[in-house]
Amino acid sequence: MFQSLSDRLSGVFDKLTRRGSLSESDVNDAMREVRRALLEADVALDVVRDFTDKVKAKAVGANVVKSISPGQMVIKIVNDELVAMLGSDASPIDLNAQPPVTILMVGLQGSGKTTTTAKIGHRLTTRDKKKVLMASLDTRRPAAMEQLIILGHQITVDVLPIVAGQTPLQIAMRAQETARTGGFDVLLLDTAGRTTIDEELMDEVAEVKRATSPHEVLLVADALTGQDAVNTAKAFEARVGVTGIVLTRVDGDGRGGAALSMRAVTGRPIKLIGVGEKWDALEDFDPKRIAGRILGMGDIVGLVERAAQTLDAGKAMAIAEKMRKGSFDLDDLSEQLKQVEQLGGMGSIMGMMPGIGKMKKQIEAAGGIDEKMIKRQRAIISSMTPHERRNPKVLDGKRKRRVAAGSGTKPEDVNRLLKQHRDMADMMKMMKKTPGMMGKMAGMMGLGGGGGFGGGMGGGQPSAAELEAMQKELAQLDPQAIAQLPKDVQEALKALPKAGQQQASKTATLPGLGGGLPGLGGGRLPGLGGPALPKGSFPFGGRKK
Amino acid sequence: MSDEPEKKRGLFGRLFGGKPDDRAPGPETVADTPPSNAVVPAFEGGEGRDVPAGIPAAASTEELPAKQGWLQRLKAGLAKTSTKLSDGITGVFTKRKLDNETLEDLEDVLIQADLGLETTERVLATLRKTRFDKTIAPEEVRQVLAEEVERVLTPVAVPLRISGLNQPEVILFVGVNGTGKTTTIGKLAARFRTEGRSVLLAAGDTFRAAAIEQLSVWGERTGVRVVSREVGADAAGLAFDALSEAKRDKIDVLMIDTAGRLQNKKGLMEELEKVVRVLKKSDPTAPHQVLLVLDATTGQNAISQVEAFQLVAGVTGIVMTKLDGTARGGILVAISAKFKVPVVALGVGERVEDLQPFDAREFAQAIAQS
Repeated sequence: MFQSLSDRLSGVFDKLTRRGSLSESDVNDAMREVRRALLEADVALDVVRDFTDKVKAKAVGANVVKSISPGQMVIKIVNDELVAMLGSDASPIDLNAQPPVTILMVGLQGSGKTTTTAKIGHRLTTRDKKKVLMASLDTRRPAAMEQLIILGHQITVDVLPIVAGQTPLQIAMRAQETARTGGFDVLLLDTAGRTTIDEELMDEVAEVKRATSPHEVLLVADALTGQDAVNTAKAFEARVGVTGIVLTRVDGDGRGGAALSMRAVTGRPIKLIGVGEKWDALEDFDPKRIAGRILGMGDIVGLVERAAQTLDAGKAMAIAEKMRKGSFDLDDLSEQLKQVEQLGGMGSIMGMMPGIGKMKKQIEAAGGIDEKMIKRQRAIISSMTPHERRNPKVLDGKRKRRVAAGSGTKPEDVNRLLKQHRDMADMMKMMKKTPGMMGKMAGMMGLGGGGGFGGGMGGGQPSAAELEAMQKELAQLDPQAIAQLPKDVQEALKALPKAGQQQASKTATLPGLGGGLPGLGGGRLPGLGGPALPKGSFPFGGRKK
Repeated sequence: MSDEPEKKRGLFGRLFGGKPDDRAPGPETVADTPPSNAVVPAFEGGEGRDVPAGIPAAASTEELPAKQGWLQRLKAGLAKTSTKLSDGITGVFTKRKLDNETLEDLEDVLIQADLGLETTERVLATLRKTRFDKTIAPEEVRQVLAEEVERVLTPVAVPLRISGLNQPEVILFVGVNGTGKTTTIGKLAARFRTEGRSVLLAAGDTFRAAAIEQLSVWGERTGVRVVSREVGADAAGLAFDALSEAKRDKIDVLMIDTAGRLQNKKGLMEELEKVVRVLKKSDPTAPHQVLLVLDATTGQNAISQVEAFQLVAGVTGIVMTKLDGTARGGILVAISAKFKVPVVALGVGERVEDLQPFDAREFAQAIAQS
């Protein structure tokens, strides 16, 4: 999510920073672009207008135009406003009330209320050790109540038994009574989906709210919602009154405008986001992280999460092990290329690396990343015999011609791949010799070690705590570690935008990529055909701007 | 099930005495209780309220008021959209001449209706070409807008047809979570039954809890058999079995439900691909129709949904649901412009008869005019 919005915005920012001075009309042009980018990302029009007005008012001020780098100033203002719009602090579910704490879930049909109810129930039970009771007030959708009972069974959370013929209000009262007498800490009330213009149903849920005085009223909303997000949010806020928002399907590839709209329109915090089909795929919403992602500051945590989700940890670990032993052969390279593909290709990976947004633009300017190149490279390897794959040295001119013909490529391509493999092997040796921070990171993420992510994660999903720890560790990266890096990676780092010490230290996560991602070894990305750039230059922007 | 609210009132009214049941028409209350208990005794009485939507009840009590008013209902469903759109345009155009600033505002208005940038720009281009710097009446703007929208939509207004050449005609339903696949199948099952066709349903959503039960309720309401397996079973295998069964029993229409899936989940999309592949093993021409169910509240992401599902399952038609809320169906215009995939039906409510054929002109008029 947010990826394409981020792309659009960084395009706008690039134009701004290229200018030495900014006129008012420059700012206006940029704001028009920002507005379009936000609108395309489904941010509600009113919210967009409000946003651009605020930024404009600050950006046109004399301070900005006269400052040394006006472009950067505008970006900072946009950044600040975006964070302000999303809210700056995370706001988790509040259980600070006399038990049983009632939480009422409301929303449109199909927004994911029942699933979210179960996810919250699971989380409060397992993580917070609360005694939770769930009850479905959905007397409308066929099998909705049964759905919650089944879910409760799956996650071992109690569900109020069904009594036929009761109204939602009656069920709610019975649930509260049961929760009180049963000594439950939390009562989750799932409700039927309703359209906001259905007055009677809105009355119904408002009445349930009045009768049960819930401590939290959570509006469950689909992150893929378009402009209607604002109507939904306004209606539920006005008719029922909500205390927070849960965004579902955040793991989709939507641009996430609904997140901005709903928060802005209701003034209520986004408390949780649903990020997958598993029970624990529910996260606290961290506005700063999201704002960073939108602005192209990268989301390394998100990248690691995605890697853990998509990659086969066992395979990754096996490759990492081989690399450590120096027996990284072409089969392993092929496997690694496959993993890059699975992560969504180089472009997608780079989009999540801090500070790379800009380089991405440069790479695109230099001909772009050819994602098919990875496929081609794997085809080359597939065209080799097992013996050749294990011993690339036996590949003489004749064999190379055969491999090229077999994979529909040219002998040059085969050579390039082989050089890449050699360079990677060299890099591996270097990494082995530097036991410092990088080595540690390599072990930690399996990234520097080259085995793809997940290698060091104990083979499973990283827990929230692990991720947090990792994030801290990344933030503390010793700048000296950079000095230990291969030269071309250092050059790349120099080319990164200097955005204060914190940002710079964040970019130190890059080296992990430098060492580990296949094809990066030779100072060349897979899919970034060599000829597109002068030899030896680092494609990420080793060239001076 | 937007008849339920009314019915619900009826029931509430009886149970509570004091609730605002003045809006509840009489006949529904008569219909609710008995069938419910007969059908699904395990459920709340709420289920009972749904039951009249089933074939026998729907035919008798519900259809009369509903049928005459479906266009009104569609328009009412789109009313919020149209009102907003027209208000916006009127607001813009009574004030100013058609200058750049006005066009910019108009762009906002159209984007706000989820029309998508491409369509928005086409409308603006037309206006710019013909009307720039002239005073333009609000009605004219609406006309241009309606014509443009209609022009885009006309080629895709293709009603759902059962050719009769295939026995069974296999219809696969796909889409992201919560768009209304199961409900749409239920409505269509009722429709096909009234048309006198034999129908078989396959509960291919073996993932979500109670999805099978949900479809089974629809099966019982419409008197249609549902092929199901245990939760977690292989959806492709189930689809294959259902097709074999449908062939054996000479069923006219087989509708296969699938689990909702986000289009960027590679593994889940591969699973769907497998369903299609396995169906072809039994009948190389199946599935004869693949209907993508789209939620009208979805924004620009709907485009990515069409793209992905088309790639994996070969979407032959789109059903847009939930047009009875405040959502504007504007994204449909953008999708039509881009993909030319037929829009076979619209969901404008929760009743069986709230699934309506898609009419480009009506849709365009409803969007452009209040």
